[in-house]
Amino acid sequence: MEFDFAEEQPKFLMLMYGLIAFVAVVGGLLLLLDVVPAWFARRRDARLLAAVTSGAPLLRRRKPREGLFALFFLLPTLLFLVVGLVVPAIRTTLLSFMDKDSTNWVGLRNYGWLFSEPSIVRVLTNTLIWVLLVPLVATAFGLIYAVLVDRARLEALAKSLIFLPMAISFVGASIIWKFVYAYRGEDQEQIGLLNQIVVSLGGAPKQWLLDSPLNTFLLIVIMVWIQAGFAMVVLSAAIKAIPADIVEAARLDGVTPWQMFWQITMPSIRPALIVVVVTISIATLKVFDIVRTATNGNYETSVIANEMYNQAFRYGQPGQGSALAVFLFILVIPIVIYQIRNLRQQREG
Amino acid sequence: MTTATPTVGAGVQATTKTSRAARVRRRLNSRAATLVSIVIALLWTVPTFGLFISSFRPEDQIKTTGWWTFFTDPQFTMENYQEVLFSSSSSAGQLASYFINSLAITIPSVLFPIAFAALAAYALAWINFKGRDWLYIAIFSLQIVPLQMALVPLLKFFSTGVTIAGLQVLPAWELDGAQKFAQVWFAHTCFALPFAVYLLHNFISQLPRDLMEAARVDGATHPKIFRTIVLPLITPALAAFGIFQFLWVWNDLLVALIFAGGTKETAPLTVRLAEMAGTRGNEWQRLTSGAFVSIVVPLIVFLSLQRYFVRGLLAGSVKG
Amino acid sequence: MAFARSRQALAVAGVLGLALGVTACGTGNDKKSSKASSPECAAYEKYQGHDGKKVTIYSSIRDIEADRLAQSWKEFENCTGIKIDHEGSGEFEAQLGVRVDGGNAPDLAFIPQPGLLKRFADAGKLKPAGADTKAMAEGNYSPDWLKYSTVDGKFYGAPLGSNVKSYVWYSPKMFKEKGWTVPETWDDLIKLSDTIAGTGMKPWCAGIESGDATGWPATDWIEDLMLRMTSPEVYDQWTTHGIPFNDPQVAGAVDKAGMILKNEKYVNGGFGGVKSIATTSFQEAGTPITAGKCALHRQASFYANQWPQGTKVAEDGDVFAFYFPAVDPAKGKPVLGGGEFVTAFADRPEVQAVQTYLASGEYANSRAKIGDWVSANKKLDLANVPNPVDKLSVQILQDPKTVFRFDGSDLMPAAVGAGTFWKGMVDWINGKDTATVLNGIESSWPK
Repeated sequence: MEFDFAEEQPKFLMLMYGLIAFVAVVGGLLLLLDVVPAWFARRRDARLLAAVTSGAPLLRRRKPREGLFALFFLLPTLLFLVVGLVVPAIRTTLLSFMDKDSTNWVGLRNYGWLFSEPSIVRVLTNTLIWVLLVPLVATAFGLIYAVLVDRARLEALAKSLIFLPMAISFVGASIIWKFVYAYRGEDQEQIGLLNQIVVSLGGAPKQWLLDSPLNTFLLIVIMVWIQAGFAMVVLSAAIKAIPADIVEAARLDGVTPWQMFWQITMPSIRPALIVVVVTISIATLKVFDIVRTATNGNYETSVIANEMYNQAFRYGQPGQGSALAVFLFILVIPIVIYQIRNLRQQREG
Repeated sequence: MTTATPTVGAGVQATTKTSRAARVRRRLNSRAATLVSIVIALLWTVPTFGLFISSFRPEDQIKTTGWWTFFTDPQFTMENYQEVLFSSSSSAGQLASYFINSLAITIPSVLFPIAFAALAAYALAWINFKGRDWLYIAIFSLQIVPLQMALVPLLKFFSTGVTIAGLQVLPAWELDGAQKFAQVWFAHTCFALPFAVYLLHNFISQLPRDLMEAARVDGATHPKIFRTIVLPLITPALAAFGIFQFLWVWNDLLVALIFAGGTKETAPLTVRLAEMAGTRGNEWQRLTSGAFVSIVVPLIVFLSLQRYFVRGLLAGSVKG
Repeated sequence: MAFARSRQALAVAGVLGLALGVTACGTGNDKKSSKASSPECAAYEKYQGHDGKKVTIYSSIRDIEADRLAQSWKEFENCTGIKIDHEGSGEFEAQLGVRVDGGNAPDLAFIPQPGLLKRFADAGKLKPAGADTKAMAEGNYSPDWLKYSTVDGKFYGAPLGSNVKSYVWYSPKMFKEKGWTVPETWDDLIKLSDTIAGTGMKPWCAGIESGDATGWPATDWIEDLMLRMTSPEVYDQWTTHGIPFNDPQVAGAVDKAGMILKNEKYVNGGFGGVKSIATTSFQEAGTPITAGKCALHRQASFYANQWPQGTKVAEDGDVFAFYFPAVDPAKGKPVLGGGEFVTAFADRPEVQAVQTYLASGEYANSRAKIGDWVSANKKLDLANVPNPVDKLSVQILQDPKTVFRFDGSDLMPAAVGAGTFWKGMVDWINGKDTATVLNGIESSWPK
């Protein structure tokens, strides 16, 4: 099999088109926003001059133009969001009230199914366990590590190692954890690290992923392993952004590292901390690949996103799958409310 | 994309701050912290390290003994890498093709959302217009829409266009071959925007109010403030988001499978690697090496962008 | 900074260059001229007239097996000028639905589940096969097979590859050494198991872990025993929900399977106890046979590919398979199997030409020669089947006396057949009792 460069050419061409489109769209937008207001400004200056002489009110026209600016800044984002997410969200909501062929309305039947099927109730509780544990543990670990590594040598190396799991695709991660949780009979050589440790300590090998609820916690470990890198990177960046003079002043005042952490670091990185917790919470609500590759939801480990995918795409039950997705929308409401409160405080403060 | 070129005055200020920051850093260095953080980092890496060792072991060894036996009974082979890099599979073509596809998919899929989200986040943070808070909350909430549920409608948008009440408003895209990359860029941009806007808004809205107001008093327009003041200051945030978006796109399987298809003309590395396990998934030992082949680029990106996370970049401009 | 940047670009370029450079050897692109008029193309005359057209195929077949597919229709492509674009994916079952709903269906799809085929047919997405395809299929396949791709009297496509599931793998070498003989009845099988257990070896090894399809190997056990303990007619009622899933007859089959699968004395050789079946991957489940750690493994004909390299698969070799014995020999020898169907989402003439060709005897022989393939195609010449297990399978499938039944979980609605049935069997292995599991599956049957 030969490698043919000519065959690859269209790809590079397409990539170039993409980059040209990028420059054209973004550059064009900025240019437009630069040129047009300048033109308006000249006209306003002229009018200002006229107004000064006549004494007419000035500020009336300012507000609508702000709105116009905002529109142009927001336009690309809004277009993409409407097509890519708003329409699908509406469609999903509608489907959740329909039967499996998406033709007849069935009212709340799919939601009734959600809460009457014991296996699905289990899915909902599992999701709750996930979303309570993962953000807490991953963020705490990321924070402690970010603080620690800030004062360490070989920082780049240490951070890269923690970050590594994020860079591995889920296909790779699933095998990595296979080598941790795998089980072989007592008379066999173990291929899973965890069982090898148990055996070398004199214990009997265990089938880790079989026993509920332990298995859910073991899957959560995988998620924490991946997400801690995210938390660490963002929090570390926030710690770096604390002005050096503040840190130095505190040092000169002779504060202990403990005081430094609570009185300087924590207040300074609070916004970043919120970003991390919120982001990991949402990512956890949508967690899919880990459960799918490790157990496929067997042994009572399933979570909403996994069950939703199975119902909608594998079992041909888009109505039930959509109902699960809508339930996910509902679960995010507390986070949204928290976000609104935050925004209010920020605006007032 | 944007290089960190703050205005001249700010630049000078930044360099003096950096050297002072460096001094603080040195003093804070402690041996205990170094030791503990390295130990944790190593523990964190043990599972990955196991995979790394396994990727050099023969298939029957991987499947019957633990990777740690490598140290007592080293059996070394390059076969797994051989198979992944130069697989004889003729219908699949060469890995290099998929590598190029991954790059062609990833680069625009990172640039577009960064730019759009930065613009949007600025508008939501610093332009006064009616309902902006609600708009921001709405965009934020869209993060929860699972992308699996967006696949069908988005695919419909590409393949049949948009029809409202029997009227064809937008035509089908009718893309072929490498042109399909455009669909993937579009999809990834959609799915990335809510988080990107959220993350960047957080950074941009933290910028000091007096800085903005001073600029406005000086007569700077929004585009000018955005370009000359905001962009240089949020470079770390752009870099952070850039890294994560790069990783998600690079490691994504589902979106590429739907919008690019699984042939060597357009499919990224992940699609090829998943296929290599064979029809019944029994050749999974190939994935051990595959995981490391695909990890090289994300690591380069991470290491090269890491220098944006240095103390002092924001020094003096953010008041806690 | 600028220096660092360019160095970094250099590194990226270096990696790229390396990847390209080492692979960029070999000859240039050889342009194949159409040789439609050459003598070896005479057989393809009826498919000609679509030069330059493209047909897309989507299936779950990938890697080496996909290469073999491409090789098998290469001559067809050269002679007819039709370009076949095949794409295989591990996500086939889920993604086919997404593509079809998204208005981006492939021209042809190889669907291995009649239940899924029926879903697309009912939704009006599939195109009924053309007259040529239908005539070709009826000439080459038994009605037993064709009924699985017929929905409401409309025929949607011929089978392609097939497999035989009613096999027990064993080691002829080990049997000879120990003086064991291949059992002909279920009672003999149990007797043999006891004999083997008496030597201190666990006779059976099994594994049902299979990623997101975990559980299916256990459903095959139940299906095989349903066929043997009841009758093909009752089996059909079971798969179409004519009898409830928790019917006593089903419970009987499950308990019978439990005699082996849930018997700590019998399983799980080389892996541990009963529960280890749930976490042992089906690909490696039989391999303890070659290590002398178990003696029997029930799995389909395609398991021939799973043995470690260098294992001789033959009647006098390291491993071979015998027919999963009948419970009541008076009821004959029913066979459980599976296969995929060539269905069309488009009815352009070139698509129909490919669909017809794939149903032909020429194609079956062309594909069989390449190896590792079984088909129920009556025109398939046994001499073209290289592998002894495949040969045995083809013989069984072509035998007109064979009572063939399709894998039941593939016939049921996906919510059961690819959902609760799989998961139910996992729970069952993991300790749940038969009644609870069957009641759960029954309640999940879509109304």
